[in-house]
Formats: sequence, structure tokens, C-alpha cells
Amino acid sequence: MTKQKNVCVTPPEQMRYAIILERGAYLGILIMLITYSIYAFGILTPHVPIEVVTHSWHLGVHDYLEATNSPTGWDWVALVGTGDFINFIGLALLAVMTIICYATLILPYYRCGDYIYLSIVIAEIAVLTLAASGILGSGGH
Amino acid sequence: MLKNVTRLFTMLSLWVSAVVFASPLGAFATEAAAASPTASADAHVWWFWPLVLLVFCFVLGVIAVLAGVGGGVLYVPLVSGFFPFHIDFVRGAGLMVALAGALAAGPGLLKRNLASLRLALPMALIASACAVVGAMLGLYLSKLDPRYVQTALGATIMGISILLLCSKNSEYPVVTKQDAISHALGIEGLYQDQATGKEFEWKTHRTFTGLLLFVVIGIMAGMFGLGAGWANIPVLNLLMGAPLKVSVATSKFLLSITDTSAAWVYMNQGAVIPLIAIPSIIGLMLGSLVGVRLLAVAKASFIRYMVIGVLFFAGFKALDKGLGLGILG
Repeated sequence: MTKQKNVCVTPPEQMRYAIILERGAYLGILIMLITYSIYAFGILTPHVPIEVVTHSWHLGVHDYLEATNSPTGWDWVALVGTGDFINFIGLALLAVMTIICYATLILPYYRCGDYIYLSIVIAEIAVLTLAASGILGSGGH
Repeated sequence: MLKNVTRLFTMLSLWVSAVVFASPLGAFATEAAAASPTASADAHVWWFWPLVLLVFCFVLGVIAVLAGVGGGVLYVPLVSGFFPFHIDFVRGAGLMVALAGALAAGPGLLKRNLASLRLALPMALIASACAVVGAMLGLYLSKLDPRYVQTALGATIMGISILLLCSKNSEYPVVTKQDAISHALGIEGLYQDQATGKEFEWKTHRTFTGLLLFVVIGIMAGMFGLGAGWANIPVLNLLMGAPLKVSVATSKFLLSITDTSAAWVYMNQGAVIPLIAIPSIIGLMLGSLVGVRLLAVAKASFIRYMVIGVLFFAGFKALDKGLGLGILG
């Protein structure tokens, strides 16, 4: 167990981070299980038929996207009602949890005047949001 | 009962390594798929490879825990070598696997105050920004010629296996003088060993060098989709002087941040296929749960050496394939 010295973020904030992360991670995994079952059992028609996926998964990502007419960036949201792209709800939730948890650290660091860590937290949120935005490397397809 | 289960998993581990070393059947699935684009798909029903992947990842999850390595570092070289998926999708799934594992473990480590938020945040900022660069670079190089990534992956994996073989962690490193950056950031704490009840005050040094190394770690994590516990722990523990348990826990928590940034790049580029990623995540997580239960009774050192051997071979195979040497066929 580590008792941190000179730490503005008190254990309640760290606990809050942990609890939000825990709930989000388990919810993401549960959603993934449900949506994958929907996909595998053919309850919803997929945008790309499964056989086409298995015929194309040996291709590089650019050729695969062309062969399957799959979207890039956040365009999958428009296809979320299809059997395959519904799976991205759980995957995206897992990937967004860290950004949400970081946001909970802003106020505690601000309140105790730890501006170095406040800057680190804000910079990290900016990096993760930029990565999530789809701006980076767009136009590759 | 537990001993029988352990024996069963030791047998399974041996079976997996036998398949890997014997390679002609599984090892060249990728080449077979590349040579005949539809052959592998036509030969099997659609669920064949996802099911094999689920079982394979379950065994991998058990072995990873017993060997004390992350699932991601085993996943990418083995799945890219022995399954008919393009390396782009294996790296995308590898990041999701490492991310899911870190997200599942992170809360417990934070709750028990084993992971140090103060140590993790500065390192995570550097590593996650560089992981984005690594992910974009990896996808770009793969678009030019997948052999570039394959060669670099092979060399990296062989290097990791040597690192795992040689590295000697230090439970309580001695840090005589905290450096200026560490002091300014307040990277210090009081660690209490739950087994002995002894308290150990820790601080870090060589923080600047550590931050520079996290540039490299971030790029490699993003480029290869490996996760990066294999590199985080030696840097935090041996270089910066954090206690071993704090380093291990902080490293696992760090992965949840580093891999998030790279995972978004792969997802946005379309390099995550749910049919591959989800069975991998589920298989590895279930395997890890079983592995933790077996940890107390298994001969972990034997499994660790076996995994190092398998990693070295998988790395050599990727290098052979990337350079077109043809030594392994």
C-alpha cells in the first residue's frame, strides 16, 4: 500500500477515479459480450457479411476498407444499427473511459492549486481527445 | 483437484509451444492466406478462426499470468505469426486486448493505493502522445510495405525475450538523492508491504532519462500494439528507483492510458475488426482469471522460460518473414 506524500489528489478522488473506471470497464465488457452475441447469432444484419470479413482479413487495412466498404473515423455511428458495427459501442466505451476518468481529476487539482498536475491532466485529455477525434491520419481511406 | 487442473494447463502450455515450434501447420497460415486469398476462408466455416482464437487467447491468458508477462506482448507476435489475419488487424486487436486488461486491473490497483497516480501521470502524458505517433507511423509503414513493420516487430520481440531473460528487478531500489524534476512533481510515497507490514519510503531519481525512455516506449507500444509492461517496469523500477510492486502496479495502470491513445488511432483508421478483437479480449481475460488462481501451485519459472523461448522463436519468425530470409520456410 502506498501512502502518498505531498499529494493534492486525496484518496477520495483516486477512489472516484477507480470506481468510475471499474464500472465503465465492466459495462464495456458486458456490452461487448451482448453485441458480439447479436452479431454472431445473426440477430441484426451486418453491414459487411461475416463471410466477406473472413475473406478479406488477410488484406492490409486500406485494401480491407475498400473491399468491405467499411467506414473510418466516427462514421461507424451511422451504422450502429447493424450487426457488426454495434460491437463498436463496447469497444468505444472502453477507449473513452480514461478520458472520462481524467476529467474527474481537474477539479481536485484546481482546488488545491497543484497547477503542474492540472496542466498535465488537461494536456492528457487534449492528447486523448485528439486521438479519439479521428482528425489524425484522416483521409487515408 | 487444483493440481490436476495445473497439470492440464501445463500440458496445454506445452501443446501450444509444440505447435509454435513445430510451426509447419499453424505457422504458415498467414502465408497460405496470402498466397490464396480465399482458400483459408473457403476451407472453414466463418466461426472457425474466431473460435480457435478464443481458445488460443484463453491459453495465452493463463500462460501470460503464470509467466508474469502482459497478454499483449505475447498476443501480437503469436497471432500475427500463426493466424491468417493481416498484421494491421492483429496490432489493432492487440492494443484492445492490452487496454481491456489494464482497465480491468487498474481500478483494484488504484483502490489499494498500489498504483501511484503521481508517478503515472507525467509518464503517461509522454507515452500516450508518442503512442499516437507510433500508431500512425506503424500504419503508414504497413501501407508502404508490411515487411517493414514485420521486421521491426521481429527484432523488438527478440529483444524483449532477451530483456525478460536477463532483467533482474529490485524489490526496494536505493535512491540516495531525489532529482529536481521528481522533487518538483512530488513523485514520492510511503509503501507498506502487506506481507511483512514494513514501511518503505520511496522517491525517484533519473526522472528526465525515464521521461525520454517513455518516448521510445510510447512509440513502440503504438507501432506494434504490444502493450508496454515489459518496458515500463524496468524503467520505473531499475532506472527511476520505484519499489517493484509500485512499479508493476503503476505500469499496469499506465497501460490503460498509453494504449487508449493508440487504440483510438487504430479504431479510427478501421484497423479494429470486432470478429478478431472481441474473442481475443474475452479469451485473454478469462484465461487471466484462471491463471491467477493457478499461480499459487504452478511451476511459474518453468513456464516463464518456456514463454521466453516461444517469444524468441516468434520474433525470429517475424524477422525471417520481414527480411524474406526463408530460413523457416
